[in-house]
Amino acid sequence: MPRIRVRLTFPPEQIQQPIVYHLVKDFDLIPNIRRAEVKADYGWMALELEGDEGALERAVAWLKGRGVQVDPIERDVIVP
Amino acid sequence: MEKLNGLRCRECGRRYPATPVHVCEFCFGPLEVDYRYDTLQTIVTRESIAAGPPSMWRYKDLLPVEGDVAVGHHVGFTPLIRAQNLADELGCREVWVKNDSVCHPSWSFKDRVVAVAVTKAKEFGYDTVACASTGNLANSVAAHAAEGRLKSYIFIPADLEQGKVLATLVYNPTLVAVHGTYDEVNRLCSEIADKYRWAFVNVNFRPYYSEGSKSYGFEIIEQLGWRAPEHIIVPCAGGSLITKIWKGIKELKTLGLIAGPVTTKMHAAQAAGCGPIVTMIRNDTDVLVPVRPNTIAKSLAIGNPADGYYAYKAVKESGGYGAHTTDEEIVEGMLLLARTEGIFTETAGGVTLAAAKKLIEAGVIQRTESIVICITGNGLKTPDALYDRLEAHVKIKPSLSAFDRALADLKSHAT
Repeated sequence: MPRIRVRLTFPPEQIQQPIVYHLVKDFDLIPNIRRAEVKADYGWMALELEGDEGALERAVAWLKGRGVQVDPIERDVIVP
Repeated sequence: MEKLNGLRCRECGRRYPATPVHVCEFCFGPLEVDYRYDTLQTIVTRESIAAGPPSMWRYKDLLPVEGDVAVGHHVGFTPLIRAQNLADELGCREVWVKNDSVCHPSWSFKDRVVAVAVTKAKEFGYDTVACASTGNLANSVAAHAAEGRLKSYIFIPADLEQGKVLATLVYNPTLVAVHGTYDEVNRLCSEIADKYRWAFVNVNFRPYYSEGSKSYGFEIIEQLGWRAPEHIIVPCAGGSLITKIWKGIKELKTLGLIAGPVTTKMHAAQAAGCGPIVTMIRNDTDVLVPVRPNTIAKSLAIGNPADGYYAYKAVKESGGYGAHTTDEEIVEGMLLLARTEGIFTETAGGVTLAAAKKLIEAGVIQRTESIVICITGNGLKTPDALYDRLEAHVKIKPSLSAFDRALADLKSHAT
């Protein structure tokens, strides 16, 4: 199954939300968290997501719609 | 003699062989080249460096290249200029400008990192190099690929102006314009780098690529007579340059090549419209909050810099600080450097100079101390920043009397 490695950055209003639960429940993805830091007003998570290609795309769109920044694990791939 | 231990995860410390990998498989942390300093200590001396070529390759022993240099033989060893006119203007005693606006072949410091990455790509047997870039990196990758007779793929956002593309297209790469938002293009390029066996210079070759920036710091130290300055002001985009200059200085110290103590403070310069690293420094937090870039300093416009945390650490470890600059201050910085030293830098250089001025005026940098300002790119790359900012030239009819009158007029205005 396709996999993507992403870094999610959470805005303050999403810190208390069960984001990873929704990735499993609503998109049938397998999240594998490798590193994360979550504080009261900010958080990020480096993880691998495995699932259907369509589900991965929909999940990324859903995350962005909730204000979660989704970057590739390398972050700044496009360099000026 | 083996000089490399291999690669090492900057987060968990796990070791990897020196292959084209860039992310730790366990914690997804970034990998970095790990050297055998005990071996280097026996082979690197001031004399061995001085006997090398007048390019960044005089420091080849301290770079991750193990075979012959394949491309970019003339990259680096750019002038370190004692900028007395600028020093007088700033009210300072000792100001130096490290001038990579004349770095060969593509007029920015990116030639240093790309020369290492492309040489390494050839060393690993790759026949194709790639990058995703809107400017300096694209120019440099295309140029070095042409020199190395390698295929090259350059990815750009489809809405990039034609003017920005010319200095890349001239080298005949395959240019792929991707329709989509910045985020979409960014992610696509990560996936392409993952799928194809290409040397994506700042992705799977990033551990090697980024080491090229150390040469900028090595040159500052050597050109100052193996002395470390008290301040270095560095423009920050992804955060790698300032991190690697600091790493380079520490390496020279470890190898016993620097005379006297190292009291250098590393200062970060960023535009106010894209300054997440300086925000970390000023707020004294190691948490980087991504931003949406909004600045004329396009070559520094990275909103979520991968090396932001490491840049912050380098600044804090050295006791340095940082400054944000407005678009207006950036243009003033460009004009100040041109007016005082005859150097035309791009907007990133305007950021650095304006930040240095602010840090001096705020008393963070003492006027009696030695200051190195890092100029990393050429002004001809960003002329649009100066449109409508320069005075019109004198227009006259083709007669000597017309010129006499114009000259008298100019002189009367000057007095």
